[in-house]
Amino acid sequence: MSTEAKKLVVSVSPHVRDEESIAKIMWTVNLALLPAFIMSVYYFGPRAVYVTGLCILSAVLSEHIFQKSLKKKITTSDGSAFLTGLLLGMNLPPNVPFYIPIIGSFVAIVITKMLFGGLGYNIFNPALIGRAFLLLTWPKLMTRWHEPTAQFLGLDAKTTATPLGLLKEEGLTKFIEHFGDKASLYKSLLIGSTAGSLGETSAIALLIGAALLFYKKYITWHIPFSFLASVAVIAWIFGGKEGLFTGDPIIHLLSGGLMLGAFFMATDYVTCPTIRKGQIIFGIGCGAITMLIRLKGGFPEGVMFAILLMNCFAPLIDRNVVPKQFGAIKKKEVKK
Amino acid sequence: MSKVATFERGIHPKYNKELSSGESITPAKLPQRIVIPLSQHIGAPAKLEVKIGDEVKKGQIIGSPSGFVSSPVHSSISGKVIAIADFPTAAGRLVNSVVIESDGKDETIAFKETPGYMNLTADEIKAMIKDAGIVGMGGAAFPTNVKLSPPKEKPIDTVIINGAECEPYLTADHRLMVERPKEVLEGLKIIMKALGVKEGHIGIEENKPDAIEAMRSAASGDSNIKVHALEIKYPQGAEKMLIKAITNREVPSKGLPMDVSVVVQNIGTAFAVYEAVRFGKPLIERVVTVTGKGIREPKNMMVRVGTLVSDVVEQCGGLVDGAIKVISGGPMMGFAQWTLDVPVTKGTSGILVLTENEYVASDEYFSCIRCGRCVDVCPMGLNPSMLSILAEKGFYEEAKEYNLFDCFECGSCAYVCPAKRPMVQFMRLAKSQVKP
Repeated sequence: MSTEAKKLVVSVSPHVRDEESIAKIMWTVNLALLPAFIMSVYYFGPRAVYVTGLCILSAVLSEHIFQKSLKKKITTSDGSAFLTGLLLGMNLPPNVPFYIPIIGSFVAIVITKMLFGGLGYNIFNPALIGRAFLLLTWPKLMTRWHEPTAQFLGLDAKTTATPLGLLKEEGLTKFIEHFGDKASLYKSLLIGSTAGSLGETSAIALLIGAALLFYKKYITWHIPFSFLASVAVIAWIFGGKEGLFTGDPIIHLLSGGLMLGAFFMATDYVTCPTIRKGQIIFGIGCGAITMLIRLKGGFPEGVMFAILLMNCFAPLIDRNVVPKQFGAIKKKEVKK
Repeated sequence: MSKVATFERGIHPKYNKELSSGESITPAKLPQRIVIPLSQHIGAPAKLEVKIGDEVKKGQIIGSPSGFVSSPVHSSISGKVIAIADFPTAAGRLVNSVVIESDGKDETIAFKETPGYMNLTADEIKAMIKDAGIVGMGGAAFPTNVKLSPPKEKPIDTVIINGAECEPYLTADHRLMVERPKEVLEGLKIIMKALGVKEGHIGIEENKPDAIEAMRSAASGDSNIKVHALEIKYPQGAEKMLIKAITNREVPSKGLPMDVSVVVQNIGTAFAVYEAVRFGKPLIERVVTVTGKGIREPKNMMVRVGTLVSDVVEQCGGLVDGAIKVISGGPMMGFAQWTLDVPVTKGTSGILVLTENEYVASDEYFSCIRCGRCVDVCPMGLNPSMLSILAEKGFYEEAKEYNLFDCFECGSCAYVCPAKRPMVQFMRLAKSQVKP
């Protein structure tokens, strides 16, 4: 019999695991936002670095201080607070005073995430609650948009409206005139040379990041596709002034926070449904509410409120949409 | 080749079979001392038939079945009974066991040969299988003769031999199919005869082309036996998944294969059935894969039941320096051992030794982030995320409503979990707290 006193580890099966971890996923999502961040720096200059950096710093610090003071395990290295800060920064106008990122991050991390039990337990997307709080508390500051000019250092830059704002106020024809013709409008929206929140303007940069997430299988098509498809369909049917089926879906797809929201915010694991079928319902709901606000609401943009409202429904969807059970017994066969 | 058969969902772990898949089955040395647990099977423990000081021979009964769902146990060597006491087993329980010291002579009782075995009646075959102490050798160790005696209202029309061997690392069934295809096939025919079934299938994962080839050529003369290539995916070899892949029948929730008229037997079991019926040989040895980066010389060995794991490990060159975990069975569903002084039993398909490099600490885990990866892979279509949260918080009755008892603990959910949650532990905890 064995004489060597080797210490063996005993634990429950399975004894092998794949290499994914929460930290790996979160840092990869951060990386996927890098192209959009670079574009924001290109168009909005040092202000982009300043605002986004301040958001990230205060988000990570908020989490650290909260956990430290409650003597909980510090989890800032998992990248999720960093991600919340980054997303909040990308959702802010370029020229906000310093206290806006700080207060927004505090609301996002402490109130929305930590007070609900930390990562995994929050009901709402933290960055979006942070932004919603800021928008409702400082509506002027949060809707002061600027022309995207790289030389732009802050206070003296020209203010303007966002594409969706223009569309809402002036109608489609005037809106297109603003950009010359339709083609150059699409091009501006795609590259991101328009006014808007820091990280939301460049559709192409966001799509490159999303491609990484698809490649790593960190997100699936269910939410982004159903979200975008329902926005496109509703925009086409109801978006035109000349009657039904005359709207321009491409403008609605490429403008505002839709790309950022559909690929990076609505897909937040914690606050979306777990079951794929339910995620389609979730995505359609997001698209419908977004378009309701864009076409009929008081705000030009509705992505944020759409996702937050659907966040409320995620637990309900998860309770009622169940995966296909193997060997499910048909209802009539079940004895009561 | 036609489209490969498979089931929905599942995972693709690293298989690491090349460590031992090329190693022919070699007989292990005659052990000095064996430990035969009286319960190596599901059901009632065997009734002790020997006392301390008795001389026994190889093949002699030392415990007889004590109920319908029970199985006899036999000595695998000749020698003297030196102790009868509770002994630790690989599954972690203490089991009343008979310790026999070898006399070095390896004397055998006379086995009754039956060359004309295909002329036996179903009842005669079942009796021989029962007397030989044959149980399911894939790990669950359910008495085979019971599986071959379904109630009248559950007619059986199909027998499937499970050659999927979907557990990573293990190659015992693979080697048996390559080296003894005729015997495995005859075993299947005997099982079909015992059940009065015309249709036989053998399912083998595609990563064993030589085994598929060997079984196909062995079965080439039998038009009623089909060999199926299965997709390489875990848990392809789980009974319900295998039946789905091959027959497209879905065993109902909480049901058994016989509910869809199917009986599944493992490769090793089919081989043991042949040996028992043809040569009258009881189940006293089995093929064990000894493998992993933590073992010096990975091997497939014919090991006598009762041989201590430490003994087997020694014959494979011992453990390497970084060895940290010894598992009885495969890495997905096997049991981690705290001591190597546990016996190889009828259900031991492998001994796997992992090193520090392959080891993933599982003592630290995080809250569920609801990423849904577990839902995507669960072969039973459960919501493991929800089940684990309910179990964690003590909502066991609610867990039952989420079909907790469909879970057969394959571990796919835990494998993919980025929060490294002990999913199988949560399922077992919840199951232990409520009635099915």
